[in-house]
Amino acid sequence: MPACEDQVLTLGALVDGELDAANSALVEAHVARCDGCREELERLQAVRNLLRIDGVRHRSPAGLQARIAALPELSARSSSDRSRMVRWLAPGIVGALAASLAMVAFVGPLQQQSALDSQLVSSHVRSLQPGHLTDVQTTNQHIVKPWFNGKIDFAPPVPELADQGFPLAGGRLDSIEGKTVAAIVYHRRLHTVNLFVWRGAAIGGRRPVEDGFAIDEWSEDGLNFAAVSDIPAQELRQFEGLYRSRAGLRPGAG
Amino acid sequence: MLFSGRSGRGTASASHGPGRANEFRRLVLPHFDGAYNFARYLTRDPVLSDDVVQDAFVRAFRSFDQVRGTSYRAWLFAIVRNCCRTAQSGSSGKLRLVHESALSSDDARRVEEQADPAPSPEDELVRRSDAETLHQAIEALPEPFREAIVLRELEELSYAEIAQVTGVPIGTVMSRLSRGRSILAQLLLPPSENSDAERSVK
Repeated sequence: MPACEDQVLTLGALVDGELDAANSALVEAHVARCDGCREELERLQAVRNLLRIDGVRHRSPAGLQARIAALPELSARSSSDRSRMVRWLAPGIVGALAASLAMVAFVGPLQQQSALDSQLVSSHVRSLQPGHLTDVQTTNQHIVKPWFNGKIDFAPPVPELADQGFPLAGGRLDSIEGKTVAAIVYHRRLHTVNLFVWRGAAIGGRRPVEDGFAIDEWSEDGLNFAAVSDIPAQELRQFEGLYRSRAGLRPGAG
Repeated sequence: MLFSGRSGRGTASASHGPGRANEFRRLVLPHFDGAYNFARYLTRDPVLSDDVVQDAFVRAFRSFDQVRGTSYRAWLFAIVRNCCRTAQSGSSGKLRLVHESALSSDDARRVEEQADPAPSPEDELVRRSDAETLHQAIEALPEPFREAIVLRELEELSYAEIAQVTGVPIGTVMSRLSRGRSILAQLLLPPSENSDAERSVK
C-alpha cells in the first residue's frame, strides 16, 4: 500500500524536524492509522540511517584546510605587520625621531601597495580560468559600458581600442580589497589585459611587476585604474596611454 | 602631519584588517569540511574539489565584509556551489588554479590515498565498501536532487538554508529531497514488502 500522495512531503518534513509541534502531532496521528505512510516513514528513516554510515561524508584531504587558511589572500598580513610596526616605533616617536615618522609614512603605503598588487595579480590569474573572464562578453563598448550601470556607483570609460591591437573582450565585476570593482577585459594577441577600475583614495601612478605580471596603476577623476597582464611592460604602458587618451582622460604622466 | 593623508586608511585597515581575518577564521573556517564534502559531491571529482574549495574560500574572504545577518554556512555553501558551476562550465575537468602551486605535494598525497590502506580489520573493509556503494548512489542522483540530499542528510542544513544555497523556494527544496530520497530508497533498500509497484520492477 503506497503512502498517501498528499502526505509525502510532510513525512519528509517530519523526518527532517521541520514541522512545528502541532503539525508533527497531526502527521504522527495519521501515520498511526495509515500503513502506507508508516512504511514510507520507515523507508525515509532507513535511507537516513544508511547515509549516516561513517565515510559517506567525504573527508577533506589532510593539510588542505591548513594550506587554504594560510593563503595570503586569506590573511590581513600586510596590515597587521604594519600596525605592529607602528607599535614598535611608538617609543621612537616619543623620542622625537623624525626618521621613524618618515618610515611609518613610507613603509605603511608600501606594504599596502604590495598587498594591492598581489590581489590584482590574483584576480587577473583567476579571471583566466575557463568561464571566469567575463560576465558580459562582447566586443561592443556600447554594451559593456551600460552593463556596469547599477552594478557599481561609477561609470568606467570603455573606449574602443581594437584598431590599436587591443580588442575589447567584455567586462565583469570583481572584488579588490573588499570593494566591488569593474574589470574591463581587453585582448592583446593571445593575451588578456584586465583593467580594474574602482573608486577610492588615489593610489598614484606606479608600474610594479608582481610574480612576472606587469601592472600599470594610475588615478584619475577620483577613480583608480590598474591594468594587469602578462604582456611586456612597454606594451602595457602603450595600453595605458591609448586607454587614457581614448577615454577622454588626460594621457601620459602616470 | 607627515602621514595625515594615510591615517584614515590606516585606522580602517587596523580595525577590519587582522580583526576581519580572525572573524573569518572563527565564523567561516569551521565549515571547511562541509564545504569540501559539498564540493566533492557536486563535482564528483576529488582533484577539482580541492581547487573549487580554495577558490570558494578566497572569494568568501573577499566578500566577507558584505555578509550580514545570514547563516555563514549557507552563504559559504552558495559560494562553493557557484565555484563548482564556474569550474565545470569551462572546459570540463580541465580547470587548474594557477596561483597556488602546491601541486607536487598534492599529487604525492593523492597517490598515498589511492594506495592500499594498511592492513585493516575486515569490518573496516566492509564499512568502506558500504560507504563506496553510497557514494556511487548519491553521485548517480541528478544534480538538483543530489545537492539537496547532500545539504540535508550529510550537512544537516535546514530547509531555509538549503533554499538559500540553491536559490529555490522551500517547497522546491522539499520536493527535491523527497524525489532524491525515493531514488536512493529504490537503489539501496530492499523492495518494500507491501509495494506491488516496486516488486514488479524487480
